Amino acid sequence: MRSVSRRAVLAGALGAFAGGCTGFATTGTTGMVFLSTQFRPVAEAERFRGVLARTVPDQVSYVTVEEGPFATQVRSQVDAGATRVGLLGGVHGDLAPLAGGYLEDVTAVADGLRDRGFSAEHLALAKVGTDRAWYVPWAQATFVLAAHADALQHLPPGADVDALSYDQFLDWAIAARRANGNRPVLGLPAGPKGLLHRFLQGYLLPSFTGGQITAFRSPEAVRAWQYLRELWANCAPASTTYDFMQEPLAAREVSIAWDHVVRLASAPERDPANWRMAPAPRGNAGLGYMAVVLGLAIPKGSTDPELAKKVIGAFSRPQAQADLLRANGFFPVLSGDLPDGLPPAITLQAAAVGRQRRAAGAILSLPPVGLGSREGEVTKAFKDSFRSIILDGADIQSTLDAQAKVLNGVLADLRTPCWAPDPPSPVCEVA
Amino acid sequence: MSALPPVDPRPLRRRRRRAALAQTACVLVTVFMALPIVLVGLAAFSSPEALDEFPKSLVPSHFSTATLAAFFGGTGTIPAFGNSMLAGVYTVLASLALGGPAGYALARKAFRGRDAYQVFVLLVRALPIVVLSVPLATLFLRFGVYDTVFSVTLLHTALALPTTVLITASIFVSVPADLEEAAKVFGCGRFEAVRRVVLPLALPGLAASSIFTFVLSWNEVLGAAVITLGHRTLPAQVLAALAEAPQSYRFAGGFALVVPALLFILVMRRYLVNMWGTTLR
Amino acid sequence: MGAVRRFSGSPWLLLLPSIVLLVLLFGWPLAQGVLAAFRDGDGFTLAHWERLFGDPYFLRALRNTVLLIVIVVPVQLVLATGMALLTQARPRFLRTHFAIWCVPLAVSELAAGLVWLSIFTDRGYLNSLLVSLGLSENGVSWLGYQNTASMLFVVVVAEVWRATSLVFVILVAGVQVIPRDFDEAAQVFGASAWQRLWQVTIPLLTPSLRVALILRTILALQAFAVAQALTGRDFPLLVGETYQWYVNLQNPAVASAVALVVLVLSLGSAAFYLRAMRGQEAR
Repeated sequence: MRSVSRRAVLAGALGAFAGGCTGFATTGTTGMVFLSTQFRPVAEAERFRGVLARTVPDQVSYVTVEEGPFATQVRSQVDAGATRVGLLGGVHGDLAPLAGGYLEDVTAVADGLRDRGFSAEHLALAKVGTDRAWYVPWAQATFVLAAHADALQHLPPGADVDALSYDQFLDWAIAARRANGNRPVLGLPAGPKGLLHRFLQGYLLPSFTGGQITAFRSPEAVRAWQYLRELWANCAPASTTYDFMQEPLAAREVSIAWDHVVRLASAPERDPANWRMAPAPRGNAGLGYMAVVLGLAIPKGSTDPELAKKVIGAFSRPQAQADLLRANGFFPVLSGDLPDGLPPAITLQAAAVGRQRRAAGAILSLPPVGLGSREGEVTKAFKDSFRSIILDGADIQSTLDAQAKVLNGVLADLRTPCWAPDPPSPVCEVA
Repeated sequence: MSALPPVDPRPLRRRRRRAALAQTACVLVTVFMALPIVLVGLAAFSSPEALDEFPKSLVPSHFSTATLAAFFGGTGTIPAFGNSMLAGVYTVLASLALGGPAGYALARKAFRGRDAYQVFVLLVRALPIVVLSVPLATLFLRFGVYDTVFSVTLLHTALALPTTVLITASIFVSVPADLEEAAKVFGCGRFEAVRRVVLPLALPGLAASSIFTFVLSWNEVLGAAVITLGHRTLPAQVLAALAEAPQSYRFAGGFALVVPALLFILVMRRYLVNMWGTTLR
Repeated sequence: MGAVRRFSGSPWLLLLPSIVLLVLLFGWPLAQGVLAAFRDGDGFTLAHWERLFGDPYFLRALRNTVLLIVIVVPVQLVLATGMALLTQARPRFLRTHFAIWCVPLAVSELAAGLVWLSIFTDRGYLNSLLVSLGLSENGVSWLGYQNTASMLFVVVVAEVWRATSLVFVILVAGVQVIPRDFDEAAQVFGASAWQRLWQVTIPLLTPSLRVALILRTILALQAFAVAQALTGRDFPLLVGETYQWYVNLQNPAVASAVALVVLVLSLGSAAFYLRAMRGQEAR
């Protein structure tokens, strides 16, 4: 007994000597910390570390963290006046809430890179409703449809998969379900980490109503929800557990799906010849689609602002942008042609993305802009509407009225102008 | 007078039947405990293609160690493993040092405020760590111990104290007080009596509480994810990556998180058996 | 009982270190949390609570959490007591059994969720088995959002698997300090096995049982990673909601309100157990 405890004490002392009170570094290098919400899965993170090493010769530790901890980490560090991070990366929605109090003004950096060919929309977005830039665009992505050849043969007569209407889309789902022994083959990412709310905000509602917030409880919105009810009846019930559609697609649990391009990328890997990627369907108001922008920002009190600016500059070169597309499937933010020699899945996607953007009557939607830390609550109103109306079968109009009250409560606190596709009224609210 | 009564075979038969029943029950429990681990192991060693088959065969059609290798080869996995180990060991030592005496006091003394103290200790465990982690992160940043194993140890020690206090108290209660008194009669001082009589008897319970504590620290992720950054513990390093990874990764990751558990139990097994010597003769 | 003895033996000296640590690390954040739930920019408010009770998830989460505890905790106590008594029966290969029974101890919540997900998912091992045996054509949708009952069942199974070992370890530690002669004496006096269990073993186990019960209830109230891994948000639990409000919605005030509900439930049940099981202590 005594010997055991003595050995334990010895081992403990040795361990303490080796690791001390600080512990071992888990970032691979000892350089500036680049904290990001992107490329979290191990394989993606490793690929991005490769891109980073090729792009910037200096030592940069790429640390990934989930969106929630990302916000709390940055806030608590800046609030305590002890920032441990040099550079931040995330989607617009991660960075926008931090603008002002927690980020350095990067207007000078953005102006210096003006000739690289960023789009005016992206640069406007990076201002987060102020007159200064708070991040520099890094990469972009959107959402498309993916379908397997098995499903394509059930397309309704006369329908073109590259130019579907929502009604044809529904007919297709019904025909494919009947052909599959009455089991639905359409899947939507309605899982806890799925992006179904982006389908509501950027695809379904804009296509039916032309707006995202202002027409939230209009008669057209009610029609959109009625349509979604019918569509959901032809969706695989396991959709509420799908976060990334590429898995059920690859496993052939479903044959048609809508999702983020990165979350569809591995579906066609095994037999690219049998897969199609297509633009989203169109509704009465037009073809609503959403673009997601990643940005690079510098936290207040950055450990190494010069190196951070250097990394931002390096990633705005066409070659680094192409490298990122090949490695992780995020599209460049620079105007210009895509590089050659892309993986088949990305080639498929690139065609669909281009068609979607150039379609007649395309309506670009943005994820909610300028809501700071309240963005989650606005998005929650859409998710809760989905749960009440579609999953619990609640009355559509009264649910929308109740959720509109929640939305207006949040928006009234913020007094922000509306964002695309809603008209830029001075104060955004549900009509 | 009369002949010997006939031997009654019933007790013996009953005993045999009981032993067989106990044996069956043990096997059933073992299967329930082990089967999921076996299955996730099989899933971890399947190639992604084999995982997509349906119906799945029990033994995967294609073995592959690609995902597991990628997983363990990922940046920072090994150091994170070390951090988790350190935090676990420190937490065990700290919580025993702080909680053991308190448990002894609760067990041996009737005093006013005992229940109040117990409720106070439980209060800590009852508040979801999510709500506490952010103010704590700020606190650690101010004192310059943010992003260290030390800060993780502090947090985990505070989380483990309630379990340590309650378990040690319940163990000290079971150690007869008269033994201690007897030791004192034979000339031991108070501490001497505790060290020579109470502690050896209470060791199994203390071991149980240590295992408990180590495991708590090993598995705690929400707090560790917020108060560390470049010196992550294994769950904080891995779980965020798991949640959004493809299925094959998730199973590999699940398995990778279970492997340390298996090793831990294997290493601790002899120790456990020694601890519970009276039970496992 | 001299003055010196009273001073050196004051229990508060022994309790002090733990109290200091807890107050430093938790007292202050806790106070902040309580205040946050009742405050906004202009002073006292109940708006956060209105927001919470108007939320479609909250009441469901409350119901699920209570259901889970009412089912899981008793099942675990019975199972773990059974397992602890089995070790006393000294079956063959006890060491191996014992080691395997301890394995889930070291499995984290999320890993446990993933483990059971591989079994219960639509194309998981269980449905594969059912289909291969021809018992069902396409398997059962165990985790479908419409099947609250089957989701509850799956979460209960996973929780029982994950946390019974903890109770088991506490109880084994308790069982093995019970002197065997008690049991043997009762046997000599002709008590049946059932009587010995209820008259001798269980009363002597009470301190350990009480600890196991309090700890398990409080820890079960904290469970959410398992349910999250298995069912996403189709089977909400209270701590999951706290996490959701705090982390995803960045609304600390409402998160604190949910946390307070968890706190009240935990303390309520702990106080109830402490009252109900007064007996075996400090003889």
